[in-house]
Amino acid sequence: MADVNRGSRPLSPHLTIYRPQLTSMTSILTRITGNALLISSMLVVWWFLAAASSPEYFAIADGVLTSWFGDIAMTLSVLGLWYHTLAGVRHLIWDNGIGLDIPTAEKMGYAILGGSVVLTIITIIVV
Amino acid sequence: MAFLTDRKRAVGMGSAKTGTDHFWAMKVSSFGLLLLIPLFVFTFGPMLGESHEAVIAYFARPFPAIVAGLTIAVTMMHFKKGVQTLVEDYVHGTAQKVAILATISLSYAIAATGLFAIARIAL
Repeated sequence: MADVNRGSRPLSPHLTIYRPQLTSMTSILTRITGNALLISSMLVVWWFLAAASSPEYFAIADGVLTSWFGDIAMTLSVLGLWYHTLAGVRHLIWDNGIGLDIPTAEKMGYAILGGSVVLTIITIIVV
Repeated sequence: MAFLTDRKRAVGMGSAKTGTDHFWAMKVSSFGLLLLIPLFVFTFGPMLGESHEAVIAYFARPFPAIVAGLTIAVTMMHFKKGVQTLVEDYVHGTAQKVAILATISLSYAIAATGLFAIARIAL
């Protein structure tokens, strides 16, 4: 009898009715950056494969990755990578039951957003 | 079967068998990547845009080659588990199983390609 009326029951309020919060936005960004980094991984692995294949093929792959389009893709990749790394650190802290209250979680959220931009700028300068 | 409740049908069927494996695998790979990612960014980064000979010579050295190989392998094992969580949240039924199989296969394919390329450059 438990399956009766499945699918047409009223739903409790979901994401659409809530004001965006720093905690929820930094959380979804972690997922988006993590999965978007697949594209970056494929580009980098393609670059290695091209380098292993021949100088001609390498010139094509390296040309794509250092073109204006490649520069944008790599810069966004680095930003996403540092963001996901710092957000991962927050998760490792949270796993110990520390910093789960909203003020601390929001402070760490600002640290992740700011920190990823700072690390990206450092990376661009150094690399 | 219609006379049994969902709970009654589930009783005695056991757990999903995996326990905290997924959580622990993510924890291990994320700790590893915390070390590997900075090393990779600052070894791979300067090589981007260099000549083919320079790149081959650089990744023939043990340290950059091992860092690159480890980073690609660990990243893909981390991605494999991470994307599975994404799929489980948004895709359901047969499509979910197909998507998980496809993304696991893709993860291994990228890892294998990367390791092959680095081995060929390094050796």
